[in-house]
Amino acid sequence: MGFLEWFGDLGVFFWQVLRAAVTPPFEFRELFRQLDDIGSKSLPLVAAAGAAIGVVLSLETRDSLVRFGAKSMLPTAIVFSVIREMGPIITGLIVSGRVGAGIGAELASMKVTEQIDAIEASAVNPYRLLAATRILACILMLPLLTLAADFCALTMGWIAQALAEPISLHQFINAGFRGANFTDLLPPTLKTAVFGLIIGLISCFQGMRTRGGAEGVGRAAMNSVVLSSLFVILGDVVLVKFIIIVFP
Amino acid sequence: MHITDSVAIEQERAEEDGSEAVVAVENLHKSFGSRKVLNGIRLAVSRSETLAVLGRSGTGKSVLLKLIIGLQKPDSGSIRIHGQNIAGMALDPLGEIRKRMGFLFQQAALYDSLTVGQNVAFPLQHHKKEISRSERGDRVRELLSEVGMEGDLEKMPSEISGGMQKRVGLARALALEPDILLLDEPTAGLDPISAAEIDELILRLEAGHHMASIVVTHDLHSAKAIADRLILLNEGNAVIEGTFEQLQESDDPFVKAFLKES
Repeated sequence: MGFLEWFGDLGVFFWQVLRAAVTPPFEFRELFRQLDDIGSKSLPLVAAAGAAIGVVLSLETRDSLVRFGAKSMLPTAIVFSVIREMGPIITGLIVSGRVGAGIGAELASMKVTEQIDAIEASAVNPYRLLAATRILACILMLPLLTLAADFCALTMGWIAQALAEPISLHQFINAGFRGANFTDLLPPTLKTAVFGLIIGLISCFQGMRTRGGAEGVGRAAMNSVVLSSLFVILGDVVLVKFIIIVFP
Repeated sequence: MHITDSVAIEQERAEEDGSEAVVAVENLHKSFGSRKVLNGIRLAVSRSETLAVLGRSGTGKSVLLKLIIGLQKPDSGSIRIHGQNIAGMALDPLGEIRKRMGFLFQQAALYDSLTVGQNVAFPLQHHKKEISRSERGDRVRELLSEVGMEGDLEKMPSEISGGMQKRVGLARALALEPDILLLDEPTAGLDPISAAEIDELILRLEAGHHMASIVVTHDLHSAKAIADRLILLNEGNAVIEGTFEQLQESDDPFVKAFLKES
């Protein structure tokens, strides 16, 4: 029952945010601030995670492919794994951890100290100022962060492979992207905009409905991370199937 | 002319000469679960008048104030601000009415990531886009000097005392030159000297701005100092409404007990 009530409240919250987002006045200043906070400040973390994934993929896949006599497929395996799945999902999970916790805790703290009520009492729509800007920033930044993660993963994947067995970047790229086309890159990258929607929406919702002082703030931050990560993974299952059907 | 326009103009005229209520609450009910907080409250406040809402802790005084500014929704009843019923009104049209209202929160509710100056500038930035940055800065300094905080423009809210935070909250509430001021426990948690200073400040601001004010408090001395009329709440009902002298003359046992203990 509580689960259904949570979904109902989330739906009402989404509707209020949507209605506020498409009607003026638009909060461009706050949107740019959030683009910087969510995008640029997540970049080092996403890049580091992408680089680590590239190295791990290279080491693990090499061992398996050598065992089955398909070592020449290594660049292709790394490229397809990174751009189709690993880059998007790792970016989604990293951002849901960093940004989800940040948004959840910030808005929850504002809620329990009546700062959100003060915004509303100042005749400013908090759904427009606080929620719409953060959600939109998440939607816009996730695909860009994914491209950064892909780039770092492929670069480090190549370096890891080159250290084990010399291969030039040109050869790696030629071999890796042979047979790949835009439908291998674009839909998986753009699906992270949906991850952004999930992360922004759930984190803002959890933050703005908080009750109960410091304990409530902690709970909101934790729930924002746990729920947005969970829904990113579940959303990925649906989106992967959708992409396979639409771009066979 | 549309009939509703003429009614609104009539209302404005009546408000101008002080004969019509700027805030009129009728038969207001509010419950939280099974707990009834307000049970058919009525009140009216005219221009340049100050009404103090008194009562024990937990009798719904702050809830009443939040209902009047639309931060909470009533179960039933009407809340008319300048003749418009705001009960159940959507957020954006309600925002137009809120521009004419100022609200001081019990804990001041300053934005903790903004400086004192930025806090006061916040309503101006959002609703007075036609004024230049320097004009906005002048207006912020003017508001802060009105509450005696002109030297603390660049400080963060965490760097100033509770009494100073309330002063800044008051300056922020006055930024859009409201004609209705709602004050939630303006002297709560302050030492007697700071409380008296806040009372004096409120009196000065009310005299200067000719606003209709509703002050929620459990501080009888403060209410006596700043209000024209008082209303005493108990268990969701208004026990008595009148001047301080009328409260003193009342035979109601609750009124007597409240005055004795305060």
